[in-house]
Amino acid sequence: MIQPAKPDLVTVNIDGQEIAVPKGTNVIEAARLVNVDVPHYCYHPKLSVAGNCRMCLIEMGLPAVDPATKAPVMDPATGKQKINWIPRPQIGCGTNVSPGLHIRTTSPMVKEAREGVMEFLLVNHPLDCPICDQAGECKLQEQATAYGRGYSRYIEEKNVKPKRTQLGPRVTLDDERCVLCSRCIRFSREVAKDDVLGFIDRGSHSTLTCFPGRQLENNYSLNTVDICPVGALTSTDFRFKMRVWFLKQTNSLDPESSAGANTTVWSREGVIYRITPRRNDEVNDTWMADSGRVLYKQVRTDTRLTAAKVRGASATLAAAVSAAAELLRAGGVAIVGSGRSTVEEQFLTRQLAAALGGVSINLVSRVGAGDGLLVSADRNPNVRGALVTGLVSALPSAQLAGLGAEIDAGRVRTVLAIGEDLAAAGLTAAQLAKVSVVCLGTHANPTSAAAQVLIPTLTVFEKSGTFVNQQFRLQKFAAAVPGPAGTTDDLAVLGQLVAALGGPAAADLAGVWTRLAAAVPALATVTFANLPETGLLLDPTPYAALPFVEGAGLHHSPAKA
Amino acid sequence: MSAPAQTRIIFQHIDEPGYTNDLACYVRHGGYEVLKSAVRRKPEELIDEVKKSGLRGRGGAGFPCGVKWGLVDRKSGKPIYLIVNADESEPGTFKDRYIIHQDPHQLIEGTMISCFANNVKQAYIYIRGEMPHGARILEKAIAEARAAGFVGPNILGTGYSCELFVHRGAGAYICGEETGLIESLEGKRANPRIKPPYFPAVLGLYQCPTIVNNVETLCHVKYIAQHGGAAFSQIGTPGNTGTRIFCVSGLVQRPGYYEFPAGKITLGQLLYDVCGGPLPGRTFKAVIPGGSSAKILRFGERFKGKRKVGAELVDYDWGVEDVPMDFDSLGMIGTMGGSGGVIVMDDSVNMVEALANINAFYAHESCGQCTPCREGSLWMKRITTRMVHGTARAEDAALLQGVADQIPGRTICAFGEACSWPTQSFMAKFGDEFRAYPETKKTPKPAEAAPLI
Repeated sequence: MIQPAKPDLVTVNIDGQEIAVPKGTNVIEAARLVNVDVPHYCYHPKLSVAGNCRMCLIEMGLPAVDPATKAPVMDPATGKQKINWIPRPQIGCGTNVSPGLHIRTTSPMVKEAREGVMEFLLVNHPLDCPICDQAGECKLQEQATAYGRGYSRYIEEKNVKPKRTQLGPRVTLDDERCVLCSRCIRFSREVAKDDVLGFIDRGSHSTLTCFPGRQLENNYSLNTVDICPVGALTSTDFRFKMRVWFLKQTNSLDPESSAGANTTVWSREGVIYRITPRRNDEVNDTWMADSGRVLYKQVRTDTRLTAAKVRGASATLAAAVSAAAELLRAGGVAIVGSGRSTVEEQFLTRQLAAALGGVSINLVSRVGAGDGLLVSADRNPNVRGALVTGLVSALPSAQLAGLGAEIDAGRVRTVLAIGEDLAAAGLTAAQLAKVSVVCLGTHANPTSAAAQVLIPTLTVFEKSGTFVNQQFRLQKFAAAVPGPAGTTDDLAVLGQLVAALGGPAAADLAGVWTRLAAAVPALATVTFANLPETGLLLDPTPYAALPFVEGAGLHHSPAKA
Repeated sequence: MSAPAQTRIIFQHIDEPGYTNDLACYVRHGGYEVLKSAVRRKPEELIDEVKKSGLRGRGGAGFPCGVKWGLVDRKSGKPIYLIVNADESEPGTFKDRYIIHQDPHQLIEGTMISCFANNVKQAYIYIRGEMPHGARILEKAIAEARAAGFVGPNILGTGYSCELFVHRGAGAYICGEETGLIESLEGKRANPRIKPPYFPAVLGLYQCPTIVNNVETLCHVKYIAQHGGAAFSQIGTPGNTGTRIFCVSGLVQRPGYYEFPAGKITLGQLLYDVCGGPLPGRTFKAVIPGGSSAKILRFGERFKGKRKVGAELVDYDWGVEDVPMDFDSLGMIGTMGGSGGVIVMDDSVNMVEALANINAFYAHESCGQCTPCREGSLWMKRITTRMVHGTARAEDAALLQGVADQIPGRTICAFGEACSWPTQSFMAKFGDEFRAYPETKKTPKPAEAAPLI
């Protein structure tokens, strides 16, 4: 590992606490390091500094030096260098640390400034918290509690602005709630590279809007909803569905591509209501694609498989597993594994193949166009997991053409499909009819229809596991909601199959990891529990020769050929 | 006490019978001779002359022009731009428009000398959007000057080239704030930039070092290039050199433009002797000495303190009439010289109504970028409008004061001060009138009172 260059450190004093922080850090971030909260609206760590909300005003002082000799001026009372306090408050977001900088965040001047800004922000605010989706996670609410007056001196009429503007297909704007922080504008311009938002009109009548003839419709538009500090930008999908304080948060991953954006799944009583990005400065910063946010909708659909079947008749899980084992034992087996399976499932698939001996293992390739940000060209989230666990040693080819030929030649008589639709992957109906299919899947498709043995399994939101993303970062996710009745965790199904075929006994996630760590040297020290939430970077060098399809994206540049 | 005579430097020929704004007339009166000699000198020499002159910016803040030029980042290798700030929008100020209308070539000559001194290859005249006539005059004048070789490529055969363009403003007061002006010139909303890091001298127009000077300031540069910085510093008073143009408006006998050496005339001389005093039967009540954002002065108040005269500190005890009209003296008594717009109010004016008018202006003109000014200016406007046109409450005075006190010093640009100082100073000096306004409204207005807008 190459150690990052040690950044130049600067010692600053925040509310009496001395702390060394890297040069270029601003006061808000420096204060965060000593657990001092500097309230703000417009500042966002991943966007340029606008300095317009004026909420982060702090009192700032610099060490006094004699203008002529440049010698430090000492304060006889304290014996330390005298501090020249600037008589007017400065913005914390736009002030970068300098040696000896002194900051006060609790002085009367700061308190008064915050109260003033807070009052101003509320005078034209509709105060419709009872019907506002942002309530409960609203910076305006939180900071009004902390820094507000508790009463209003405003008796004039408030501004009237549009209440439900459709900025695009997924974002609805309530202009009256907007505090004009410009985060959404800066995000669109700087991150999404789709400059469509701007303010029109002037002063307090300023209104957020799209450019004429344009819409906020890029695949990152919902990030503006996340970063909106107030209830102005709301997700049209989530709007008025659920109060956020009822929702349970579960750490998850965006499974739509190998970028592996970290996410939070918000659910209540087994129902998912929304997915939002989770900050990971090494992977997705604070962003995710809109397309990854609607994936929860697959959890509750009419096509969900909920009953194990053997030759079309309902069966118990045990009966289905033993029927599957019987088919597999008969020989002539090909396994179609998945780049969407977890590392643990892929490892068990490998064990299954070992128990059978001499079977072909195929992976289904999913390649699309990368967007240069967080949707990479490889739409399988975990092809690298299959490489790391040793399930495969080459990248999947476009279609299962080789497998089709084997079937046609009569060499393959049974196909085990793990979470993949063989028809979509290129096998014909005739080929499917020619073989016995053992299908582990979540949704009805031609493969499940053709299956001799069908075992319903779980979606990514219903199980725990790990993926290895395009950076070779091992990241974990947890089950957010339970699977529907009749479904079984893939890990349990595969474990029972392995056991039925004479392999080791089935184990839970921790148990699988014990075996995984023993079998895969790269994961020797890892357990599911000790894997950091931000992931663990694995060594990519053993796979450097493989022609990975991903182009450049956020925090990812393809290895040079 | 009689008033001193005007010293007309910028207005030397303006208002002379037969003086027109075309190139031929300007050249007939010795025009562009200074540029001709300036381009044969070393640029550093010209900058030194400006530094020596003590010339202070005439746009409002009074920042020394030589210091401003000295701050320009000349080592970056980026081009240096010069912008003429002709976005004259401060209520009560109308000097720049008059110069542009009557003597555009004087501005162009001063600009080209300044460009040459600072090695500027491209300059812009940012003229207020509401001055289309002035823009046309400038366009015509620049075309004449270009044809005569004073502007454009290879000026006067020296090999030095500088383009000068007129850019019409976007019709907002905030376009006159220098960083807002730069944003506007770049084609964006005129939202002022945060400083640091966007000091125009380093990161100005197109992120290049940029000089922004007022029209009157650049006209003075022409005089300084002609007569030398020392000669200029002899006019006026130390620290407040040269002449100032006062734009007197309001309830006074002879409003208009007057050019006097800075600090050599008192406010009383200007209003009584030069402008003829109050209208018949009236008395002066208040005066705003430097554009509507400057703090108001109440006739009858006294200002006491110590001031520097040479090396000594001497006591002063001034009434409003005794205050010398210069940056420092006006600053000492808590207001400012600003842009030179002197707004006079007499005893027929109700101060609540006057403030309602000023507040309406600032609420309309706030860019809306930062919170205190955006919300505070509109709130103050709504309070004063309600007082005048709706229900006035006795507690409104305290509320106004409270709102105004939450604005200055907390905003991105000086608009925060500009919009809150009127309310703060009106409250400080005419607070009783605000507290009594609910009662005042019950009595009919005097017949001679100005109509409400």
